[in-house]
Amino acid sequence: MAAHSAVLSVSKIINPFWGGRLGNTVKVFGTTLTSHRNKTQRAPPPAKYGGRHTVTLIPGDGIGPELLNHVREVFRFSCVPVDFEVVHVNSALETEEDINNAITAIRRNGVALKGNIETKHTMPPSVKSRNNLLRTSLDLYANVMHCQSLPGVQTRHQNIDIMIIRENTEGEYSSLEHENVPGVVESLKIITRNNSLRIAEYAFRLAREKGRRRVTAVHKANIMKLGDGLFLQCCREVASGYPDITFDSMIVDNTTMQLVSKPQQFDVMVMPNLYGNVVSNVCAGLVGGPGLVPGANYGRDYAVFETATRNTGKSIADKNIANPTAMLLAGCMMLDHLKLHDHASSIRNAIFTTMNENRLHTADIGGQGTTSEVVQSVMRIIQSKGQLTAEF
Amino acid sequence: TKGCSSLEPDGSDHTVTLIPGDGIGPEISTAVMKIFEAAKAPIRWEERNVTAIKGPGGRWMIPPDAKESMDRSKIGLKGPLKTPIAAGHPSMNLLLRKTFDLYANVRPCVSIEGYKTPYTDVNLVTIRENTEGEYSGIEHVIVDGVVQSIKLITENASRRIAEYAFEYARNNQRSSVTAVHKANIMRMSDGLFLRKCREVAENYKDVKFTEMYLDTVCLNMVQDPTQFDVLVMPNLYGDILSDLCAGLIGGLGVTPSGNIGANGVAIFESVHGTAPDIAGLDLANPTALLLSAVMMLRHMGLHDYGNKIQTACFDTIRDKKVLTKDLGGNSKCSEFTADICRRVQDLD
Repeated sequence: MAAHSAVLSVSKIINPFWGGRLGNTVKVFGTTLTSHRNKTQRAPPPAKYGGRHTVTLIPGDGIGPELLNHVREVFRFSCVPVDFEVVHVNSALETEEDINNAITAIRRNGVALKGNIETKHTMPPSVKSRNNLLRTSLDLYANVMHCQSLPGVQTRHQNIDIMIIRENTEGEYSSLEHENVPGVVESLKIITRNNSLRIAEYAFRLAREKGRRRVTAVHKANIMKLGDGLFLQCCREVASGYPDITFDSMIVDNTTMQLVSKPQQFDVMVMPNLYGNVVSNVCAGLVGGPGLVPGANYGRDYAVFETATRNTGKSIADKNIANPTAMLLAGCMMLDHLKLHDHASSIRNAIFTTMNENRLHTADIGGQGTTSEVVQSVMRIIQSKGQLTAEF
Repeated sequence: TKGCSSLEPDGSDHTVTLIPGDGIGPEISTAVMKIFEAAKAPIRWEERNVTAIKGPGGRWMIPPDAKESMDRSKIGLKGPLKTPIAAGHPSMNLLLRKTFDLYANVRPCVSIEGYKTPYTDVNLVTIRENTEGEYSGIEHVIVDGVVQSIKLITENASRRIAEYAFEYARNNQRSSVTAVHKANIMRMSDGLFLRKCREVAENYKDVKFTEMYLDTVCLNMVQDPTQFDVLVMPNLYGDILSDLCAGLIGGLGVTPSGNIGANGVAIFESVHGTAPDIAGLDLANPTALLLSAVMMLRHMGLHDYGNKIQTACFDTIRDKKVLTKDLGGNSKCSEFTADICRRVQDLD
């Protein structure tokens, strides 16, 4: 069983020398691990102060601030019991003080909603991507994205319904680079057994929870035999513990080719970091673009929600043309995580009604609506359903 | 030396080393030779086999007569090669790449009128660095359960591929070159690649240079591929993007590909598999190999012949009367070939 093999590998790493001495500690540690693995739902952070949740909000750059303002507007209007603690991160600074403050705030609150923080690569290489720093410090190991064809949006392919689970902390994004000889740079891609097992376990558990039939692992093990080979092996091990779910694998270049010709064949996909980047962007493009799909980053103790394709959108910032759908849906995912399901459903339904029935579209999906028009429409629909709302 | 390199000064036929390959390789090579004959193209084919042999010192190498032929003719046309499993030697493609230092993989992706895909008006070229990057093959197990793969980016290779990309853009009247990278995450390695591209761009002011993140390219490519022209990138991104673009126009069965090496060597190939299940049954589709051969003619400066053969091929596909099974018809390979030969002769 996957859990047992995880315990065994942990014990192998922890006590190479001490043999049976640390056995008891490992057994306790191991059971804690197993019990965490078997939990299907993470307990959300408790609602403090009169039943209201506190959530960290990181505006980011580009379209982030304006979209998150709209999210706050909709939440306030719908009387959602969530208070936002805003933490600004200045991407122009070289120190890591800002991002460390943000990380501390997320540790405190347990949940965050964020816009993308720009990475200026005119800065020296020691200044790492702030988004990446956030993900690795909080160990948000699973990036989950659900791409669904929306009836109101015209795309080249129909009936797409793919869940993408991407390993979020290691792989090519380890930020370990060095220049031993001038003109020759080495970048390290790290794959570990633990993280691969963890993400595979997450993928299969999620597939079972959502009643999905098939999990496909995306890799390039024919070339990177040890690295992706290890990833694939871990996926196979976990798959053996879920006989009700079909498991297969596909090489990443073939995957992209299949995605643009027959995307309906895919169900759930699990993959390491970089391939996840490529595949999630391809899928987002297939269902209508970066303005429509929300994304979530889950760790053992924390959850951070954002748009799936993590764009800064500098060229369309502050012009009232950005599509608020992705960020609003990310907000709804966050509400589901906090177990505020009624609020989440009502906002989500209002968004889909606006998109599919009223056909009020922003420019990126071929319409002429502005961001505020879409948001007003969402709020109007929520009010019309007769729920408690604040003044318009 | 850039551009064509095997012009015979006395106007006689150009020699091309032909590597038929395995599976459907021989039959599609025969088809291409027939079509070239019908077009009266000035090409003399030298057939060679590249199955690896063990040379002195125990190192695997391609047969010496194949190497000698390539070194002399400088131009090669290759069919699909079987991937050896447990044969003890590395893949043939890798061996060829190492032997001739094939540093650039070029794939022009043009929508084929008559072969409908959800994407129309695709007209872009992917140029992929083919020697280093993520495919250096350097991997280690650090401790049990932790594996490290090394991605190598060097100044020389990056400069070389950037120069080839801009030269290609200039020689083929393409207006812009876009460098694809992930320098926000891989600051030093992709940063180096990007810097070299920028430096080379300074010498080619007539070609527009832009940079785009890999994820943005993927996102935009599936929504609107017409915005892209020439794309240049390191190995892994090139692998993924070139196959993505092949998928846009209809798959590997209709996509041409060329590999450019140092010393003026160029090998053009079809990138599909050997299709052992239909080998020898006259069912194969020679389009990919044919379009690669057209790419080869253009590389050699024989644009007229190239255009003639390409027009004949596209007309046949557009006509939809004698399509092979993978293109949606049920004709034989020989019928498809004969139709193209007839059209080529009519175009004269």
